[in-house]
Amino acid sequence: MKRWLALALVLALPALAQEALKVGVVVSATGPAASLGIPERNTFLMLQDLLERTGGVAGRKVQFVILDDASDTTQAVRNTRRLVEEGVVAIVGTTTTPASLGMIPVVAEARVPTISLAASKDIIHPVDAQRLWVFKTPQTEELMARAIVADMVARGVKTVGYIGFNDAYGEGWARFFEAEARAKGLQVVASERYARTDTSVTGQVLRILARRPDAVLIGASGTPAVLPQRTLKERGYAGLIYQTHGVANPDFLRVGGADVEGTLLPAGPILVAEQLPSGYPTKRPSLDYIQRYEARYGIGSYSTFGAHAWDAWLILKPALERALKRADPAKDLAGFRAALRDEIEATRGLVATHGVFTFSREDHLGLRFEDSAVMVRVEGGRWKLERTFR
Amino acid sequence: MDATILGFLLLDGLQNGVVYGLLALSLVLVFAVTRVILVPIGELLMFAPLSLVWLLEGKLPGTLWLALALGGAWAFLARGREALLPVGGGLGVALLLLLALRVPALAYPAAVALVVYLGAATYRVFFQPMREATVLSLLIMAVGLHVAYMGLGLVFFGPEQFRPRPLLEGEILVGLSRQGGLVLLFALLAVVGLYLFFRQSLFGKALLAAAENRLGARLSGISPQEAGMVAFAIASLLSALSGLLLAPLINAAYFMGFMLGLKGFVAAILGGLMSYPVAFLGALLVGFFESFTSFYASAYKEALVFLLLVPALFYQSLRARAVEE
Repeated sequence: MKRWLALALVLALPALAQEALKVGVVVSATGPAASLGIPERNTFLMLQDLLERTGGVAGRKVQFVILDDASDTTQAVRNTRRLVEEGVVAIVGTTTTPASLGMIPVVAEARVPTISLAASKDIIHPVDAQRLWVFKTPQTEELMARAIVADMVARGVKTVGYIGFNDAYGEGWARFFEAEARAKGLQVVASERYARTDTSVTGQVLRILARRPDAVLIGASGTPAVLPQRTLKERGYAGLIYQTHGVANPDFLRVGGADVEGTLLPAGPILVAEQLPSGYPTKRPSLDYIQRYEARYGIGSYSTFGAHAWDAWLILKPALERALKRADPAKDLAGFRAALRDEIEATRGLVATHGVFTFSREDHLGLRFEDSAVMVRVEGGRWKLERTFR
Repeated sequence: MDATILGFLLLDGLQNGVVYGLLALSLVLVFAVTRVILVPIGELLMFAPLSLVWLLEGKLPGTLWLALALGGAWAFLARGREALLPVGGGLGVALLLLLALRVPALAYPAAVALVVYLGAATYRVFFQPMREATVLSLLIMAVGLHVAYMGLGLVFFGPEQFRPRPLLEGEILVGLSRQGGLVLLFALLAVVGLYLFFRQSLFGKALLAAAENRLGARLSGISPQEAGMVAFAIASLLSALSGLLLAPLINAAYFMGFMLGLKGFVAAILGGLMSYPVAFLGALLVGFFESFTSFYASAYKEALVFLLLVPALFYQSLRARAVEE
C-alpha cells in the first residue's frame, strides 16, 4: 500500500509542478443539438493545440476537459459535477438552453465561474445569487428581436404575422418579438404555433394569409424552419419573410433551396465577416477565427456557433491572467474561482467575433445591440449582408 | 373562413389523412396476425427516404449494416434450408444498393427492398421467438425497438432534415402539388390492392384466416409464423412507399416517423384495431381534424388530436366484452 502511495506521489509530482489550469467544457457533440455542439468542440480542440504551441496563459499550461452531454440536461448536470470534482477553475458550456439552465444551481453551489454557449436570456437574467456565477456569449432572442423589428420599421412594415415552434424556442421568440413589435408600433395580426415534427403547416399559414400581413416572422431553428416558408411560398405569399438567427447554418440553405431565397434574418456579424465594412469592430477577430478554423477543418467549415465558444475563451483568457495575479489556484482553488468570476465581470470593451463585451454587475450578457447583430439576406444560396445597425 | 380556405384545409387534411390511413391499415393487419402493436412503423417509414437520399449522394446508408446484422441473426436462428431466404435476401439487397450507387434510378427500389427486408428480419429476430408472449410483452418489445431504431436513425443520418427531389414537380390544381396527387393515387392503389389481395388470392385469405383464428388456421395448414412475416413485410412495404412519396413534401429526418406512426395508431384505435375500413376512415378524420385545428388553434393542435382517443376508447370499453385469448 505504501509503495503504491509513493508511486502515485512520484507520478503526481511533475503534474503538480506544472500546475496545468483545468478548464471544463461541456458541449452537445452528439444528439439533436450536435450541429451546434460539434463546431464548439472543434474550436476548443483547436484552442488546445494553439495553447500548447504558444505556452498557455501567463506561463501556465491550460488543459481543456471536454465532455459531451448528448444534448441532454441530465447528462450536462452530471458532467458539470464531474468537472467541479476534477478541480476546474471555470466551465464553458453548454450548447442548449435547457441544459444550461440545469447547470446553474450546480455551478452556483460549487462557486465555479461559468460561461454558457446557449441563447436564452433566462440563463443570465436576472443576476441573482445563483446567476452571479453565470455569463454567456451568444446573443439573446431579445437582442435579435430588436434587430428584426428595427429592420421591419425601416422597410415600412405595418402588420406582421408570427409562426413559431410550440416549444421554449418559439415561445421565447413570440414573447420578445411581440413585445418589441408593439413597442415600435407594429401590429401583430397572427401568432401561430407548429411542432418541429409537423408534416404540414397549411392550416396555420392559411390563417396568417387571411390577415394579409406585410411581413411574416418564422420563429424556428435549423431545417424544420423551412416548412412554413415553403408553404407560404406555395400559397402565393408575396410579402417579406423573416427568420431568426437559429437558421444561420448551411443545412437550412441546403434543404430550403429556392424556397428560402430572399429570406431576411438577424445574425451575429461573423456570419458575413468578409462583407462587413472595414471599420466594423468585430471584423478582424472574426476573420482571424475563420481563417484558423478553416485552416484546420476545411474551407467553408466554420459556423457562427463555434465562434461563440471562441468568444468565451477570448473573455476567459485575460480574466485568467488578471486572476492569476490575485490568487494561486494550487493553494486556494475556491479563492481563485471567486477572483476569476470578479475578473470576468470586470471585462470592459473586449472585442470578440460576435460583438464587443462589457459585463457589469447587472449585465452578464455584455453585448450591445449596435455591434452584435446585423441583418442578412439569402441571395443565390448564400448569406448577404443587408444592413448593420452602427 | 371562406370557400378557398375550406378547400385548402380539406385537401391538406386528405393528403395527411391517407398517409395516416396506410399506416393504420398496416397497424391493424400486423396486430390482427401477430398481436404486435407495431410502434416502430414510423421508423421503417423514416428509413426509406433517408436511405434514398444517402444512395443518391453516392454513399451507403447505415441502414444497410443494420439490415445485414439482423439478416445474419435471422439466418442464425433459421439455420438449414430456411436460412436460404435471409442469406439470399440480404445478398440481393446489398447488391441492389451497390448497383444503386451507380444507377440513380435503382435507388428507389433499393430503398424499398432494404426496408422490406429490415421489416421481415425485425419480425423473425425479435417477435417470432416471443410469439407466445402476452400482448403487453410484445408492446414493450415494440416500444423498445422504436426507441432503438430512432436512435440508430440519428446515428446513421444526423440531426438535420433532408429533402429528396419530388418525382413530379408542379401543381395539379391550386393547393395540391403533383407529388401530393401521387400520394393520393398511391393510397387509392394500395387500398384497392390490399382489398383484392385479401379477397381474391389464396395467400391473402390464409393471412385473414390466421388473423381470425390462429389455432384454426394452423389446423388447416397455415403457418402463423409465415403469416406474421408476410404481415410485417406488407406493413414495411406500405410504410416505405409512403415515406418515399411523402418526403419531398415534408422533409425527411430521423424524428419524422414517430408522430406519423402515432397518428396512424390513433386512427387504428378509432377502428378498434380490428376493422380496416373504420381504421381508414378514422385516419381521414384525424387528417381533417388536424388540418382544421391547426387553422383554428395551432398551439393546441397536438393535444386536440390525441384527445380524439378519449371518446374512441370510452366507446370501445363500453362495447367490449371479456374475450378469452
